[in-house]
Amino acid sequence: MQQDGALIRARGLVKRFGGFTAVDGIDVDVAPGEAFGFLGPNGAGKSSTMRMIGAVSPPTSGELRVLGLDPSADGPAIRARLGVVPQTDNLDVEITVEENLLVYGRYFGLPRPLLRERARELLEFVQLSDRAGDRVEPLSGGMKRRLTIARALVNEPDVVLLDEPTTGLDPQARHVLWERLYRLKQRGVTLVLTTHYMDEAEQLCDRLVVMDKGRIAAEGSPAELIRRYATREVLELRFPVLEGQPGPERYVPDLDPVVRQGAVERVEVLPDRLLLYTPDGDAALSAVTGSGLHPLSSLVRRSSLEDVFLRLTGRTLVD
Amino acid sequence: MAARDAIISPGALAVAEQRLTAYRHFWRSSLVSSVLEPALFLAAMGLTLGVLVDRGTGLPDGVAYLSFLAPGLLAAAAMQLGSFESTYPVLGAIKWQKTYEAVLATPAGVRDLLVGHLLYVAFRVGTSAALFLGVLVLFGAADSLLVLLALPAALLTGMAFAAPVTAFSATLENDPGFAALQRFGILPMFLFSGTFFPVAQLPAFFEAVAYATPLWHGVSLARGLALGTIEAGPALLHVGYLLLWSVVGAALAVRTFTRRLVT
Ligand SMILES: Nc1ncnc2c1ncn2[C@@H]1O[C@H](COP(=O)(O)OP(=O)(O)O)[C@@H](O)[C@H]1O
Ligand SMILES: [Mg+2]
Repeated sequence: MQQDGALIRARGLVKRFGGFTAVDGIDVDVAPGEAFGFLGPNGAGKSSTMRMIGAVSPPTSGELRVLGLDPSADGPAIRARLGVVPQTDNLDVEITVEENLLVYGRYFGLPRPLLRERARELLEFVQLSDRAGDRVEPLSGGMKRRLTIARALVNEPDVVLLDEPTTGLDPQARHVLWERLYRLKQRGVTLVLTTHYMDEAEQLCDRLVVMDKGRIAAEGSPAELIRRYATREVLELRFPVLEGQPGPERYVPDLDPVVRQGAVERVEVLPDRLLLYTPDGDAALSAVTGSGLHPLSSLVRRSSLEDVFLRLTGRTLVD
Repeated sequence: MAARDAIISPGALAVAEQRLTAYRHFWRSSLVSSVLEPALFLAAMGLTLGVLVDRGTGLPDGVAYLSFLAPGLLAAAAMQLGSFESTYPVLGAIKWQKTYEAVLATPAGVRDLLVGHLLYVAFRVGTSAALFLGVLVLFGAADSLLVLLALPAALLTGMAFAAPVTAFSATLENDPGFAALQRFGILPMFLFSGTFFPVAQLPAFFEAVAYATPLWHGVSLARGLALGTIEAGPALLHVGYLLLWSVVGAALAVRTFTRRLVT
């Protein structure tokens, strides 16, 4: 569809609201068929970016091409080929589940007989066939989310934009959604999603950017990012909390020898625990106890995108 | 491209279709209430107060009070429905349900939202007015079928309110603004713009104010047509004035919608 193959291409993209800069010069390329993520905490500028890509929010400056077109000139043509799942559901709660699909398809100029057929298929796909004639209002959060996804597919879009697809849902509803999104991806639909859950990013994204305060801090596949910005394993140490005493940071000097030996590469201090980045967690724990430190509890785990984010920004993703 | 640029574009029709789809779920109760209220006024004032008026000094030209009141109420009811349908439903679609956001994610644009909304309001005002007229004729409260000519006048009155109220609603953060609109705009017009008595009864200053309200023009047009007393000059003035409010209101609404929704 475009010479260089990128479905979405941004260079130095900026969004300001008055004097406040929400998106501060980001570069993005999304290739056809991939699942691309924006991972970042609240306020990072993810939704602002998605709305610019969705051709509903004019960029303040920078270059943006979506499906090879310019959103400020060809908004309707771009939107005709996108599916959008916004951060908060905006279904029409006065009409039924099925009517939400039928009515929405009309905005894309699709004929009613085709829409009836498509609504049937989509409701099946999102497992809502038995609710077709019900009103939207009493549906659970997960069901509404699935209906919003079905609605986003009514025009058979080339790209689906999902802004925090599972925020606020219970674990089971999240897994149902992830599984549906995975199927979409297998069908070759390009997915662009935002999330502040690292497990979601790891589950769904082929490639992602870590976003913070309007900027992109790093880009790559989840595995690449973990390799680049974290060690293979993390040893988490908790110590007794003593009233009036400093937090876990007071144990950091005691860890110096362990770091010098090379058993631990880096130490991060959280309010309630220390994170020791190491190629081998069990070996690191032996080194720690060998040096005379006795944590209250310890845990060895694999590094995750959470650790990548901590490394890049000095903060945790969900606070 | 051409179809999309037309005022009544496919996008605008889709917006109206969405609203009609919802309306199919509650049309009975809505029609009943939008006809019942003017009918109650007509019964209460037309049949009781009207008798006193007709026995007393009466109206100019010896018009029966019921015949005087009916077209006035028709225009006033159009004002109320056109305004109301442009308050909560519009702010709700912008802010609470965010259904306008959903529409703007499709090829449709801000102008389609507005035109589709106004088409739907026109449908609502038109059908309510037609039903009210039907009731009038059935109950023998209309002494001439000329009263049917008041329908387009009522429709135009409804739009002269719907468009500017829509523009206003899109500037609000919350609903207290609607109470103010009702208290300081709609209700005083309902009472003092000629629905119930000729505005010549008002003190000179308030009479002049009444002439500036769109409702007075709507009432005068509807009444003049229904009674067959209107002349071309005043009729054109009324139509022009109501169109002015509709068109300027719609132009303002495009601006307030854009400011609110395209950020
Ligand atoms: N319409 C707006 N007007 C003013 N500020 C906004 C607007 N939209 C977003 N912002 C601000 O921009 C920043 C980024 O917001 P957003 O893009 O929603 O971030 P995220 O989706 O990553 O949480 C936030 O500080 C938010 O308050
Ligand atoms: Mg957001």
